[in-house]
Amino acid sequence: MSVPPAVSMFIAAFILLNAIVGVVTYITLLERKFAARMQSRIGPYYVGWPHGWLQPIADAVKLMIKEDIVPAPADRAVYNLAPLVFLVPCMLVFATIPFAPGLGVADLNIGVLFFLAVSALEIVGLFMGGWGSNNKYALLSAMRAVNQIISYDLPFIFAALVPVLLTGSMQMSAIVGAQHGLAGWFVLYPVIGQLAFVAYLIAALAAENRVPFDILEAESELIAGFRVEYSGMKFALIQLGEYAHMLGTSFLGALLFLGGWLGPGPAWLGPIWFLLKAVFVFLILTWVRWSFVRIRVDQILAISWKLLLPATVVLLLATGFVVAAGGGRGL
Amino acid sequence: MIPESWYLALSAVLFTIGVVGVVIRRNPLVIFMSIELALNAANLALVAFGQRTGSPDGQALVFFVMAVAAAEVAVGLAIIVAIFRVRQRLSVDELSMMRW
Amino acid sequence: MMARAAFLVIAGIAVAAALALVLRRNTVHGALFLVVNLGCVAALYLMLGAIFLAAAQIIVYAGAIMVLFVFAIMVLIPGKEETGPDPRRTWRLLAAPLGGALLLELILLVVGRTAAPAPTGAAPSDNVAAIGRLLFTDYLLPFELTSVLLLAAMVGVLLLARSREGSAEPQGAGPEASVRGSAKPQGSEPEASLR
Repeated sequence: MSVPPAVSMFIAAFILLNAIVGVVTYITLLERKFAARMQSRIGPYYVGWPHGWLQPIADAVKLMIKEDIVPAPADRAVYNLAPLVFLVPCMLVFATIPFAPGLGVADLNIGVLFFLAVSALEIVGLFMGGWGSNNKYALLSAMRAVNQIISYDLPFIFAALVPVLLTGSMQMSAIVGAQHGLAGWFVLYPVIGQLAFVAYLIAALAAENRVPFDILEAESELIAGFRVEYSGMKFALIQLGEYAHMLGTSFLGALLFLGGWLGPGPAWLGPIWFLLKAVFVFLILTWVRWSFVRIRVDQILAISWKLLLPATVVLLLATGFVVAAGGGRGL
Repeated sequence: MIPESWYLALSAVLFTIGVVGVVIRRNPLVIFMSIELALNAANLALVAFGQRTGSPDGQALVFFVMAVAAAEVAVGLAIIVAIFRVRQRLSVDELSMMRW
Repeated sequence: MMARAAFLVIAGIAVAAALALVLRRNTVHGALFLVVNLGCVAALYLMLGAIFLAAAQIIVYAGAIMVLFVFAIMVLIPGKEETGPDPRRTWRLLAAPLGGALLLELILLVVGRTAAPAPTGAAPSDNVAAIGRLLFTDYLLPFELTSVLLLAAMVGVLLLARSREGSAEPQGAGPEASVRGSAKPQGSEPEASLR
């Protein structure tokens, strides 16, 4: 079997992309069911038996056959490109995540850095959408998004760097490899691990613009935020990108703190363990989303700059001391 | 393998475009972006040189250039915003006085 | 051969984006073209084997510097810059021959000189550790100086961006408050002044 590397990479990326789209589609159903249970409802029920399992498909079809509206005063090129520019980085974050030993598109030796770099690109698409719509709500939303993402990128990076520092490598498979054994997961690492995981979750909530940090799409103030003017397929692409980014962040959290594909059972169960852990992280984020109220803009910024950023810096410093004292799991 | 001179030629072209942008534009924001363009062209040349010698020194230098560029942009944009608050206009032609 | 074709495509996009940034009037489009250009440069870093620099380029430029630009553009929305005819058009047109001369000089200098020494082989692609070691040994002092520079820049920006004493803006408010404060005078016709 002598497949040229370009072709095999293409096939791997194709399979991965489709798998992600499938998982993302169904994770929306999971979130709706979960939210419904939290509020003593049953959630989607009628489309597909049992328990409305065809609902995501129906939603997707509905969005595809809807009319595509471009507002007359919109900046057409920017407006039309924005969903794609938003979606591509959200999908690209999966490129370096290995789902099992050797099962991934590219296990770069700067994998975590690549993830962080690519997810920083998301803001460009968000800004293009907010600006291109030529709508004051969308613009305000984009402005808030820029504000918030500057503020929460740093704590997110610092929290994600704690496992990197403990491992001594930015390669994702190496980070998982350092979490072998009983209580080997970094979330179980005394004190530092738990604090870093909590900081990671908070920063992830903010980076994904979820409640309680969803000021940029605060329905009561800004209708739907930067995607107010989008409809049909473009709206679907933006939603897909948003959930794909959430899922990517969940996978990264599961990989950094929960041991990735490590788990009892034979090796082929690895990807399933990994998926379950990622869904667990996703459900924590969803749980927070449906339990808290939205907080004000200045509170969000204050939490980041006055609390989370100093805390994560101190945490990183402490991790440095621990590693220097021989507590790391370096290679 | 791509010859090194290609990278250097591209770097020269981008640098020139950046310099011309600084000269012909009136909007300080665009002038700033043109400066970034020129800095990036210089970075590209540095990395290309580093590849020839095989040592990572060129890349370390580029790293420092990036950090300095970040500081420069932050301060520069703050100055632009501060000037704008006073003047309500944005054109470098009107900013020839060293005071306000 | 593939690599050369890829280089030409990326270089073409980079040059086109740079030209568009310099020649188009729309500031927002300019910022987006700058992103395209920086992305192309990151791709070229990848082709040169500088994988760490490519990621750093994306984080620093797309994640930090672009966000700053975009923020400044949104704060400065009411600014009517570069509208109307240019009073110094003749002087600015001089930039074309001067730029051409500069380009010629650079190409002659750079391309002519590099023909002499032979390349000693490509840099190893796995050089992240090497850069890290270099930054924290040989270049430790510059590295620390950079951090001091960044700190100084941060303090300076805070000082510059702070609203002046006794102005109408609320004291102690976050960035968004001051942003809105400066955008408010034009609030009645926001869409008209956008472009």
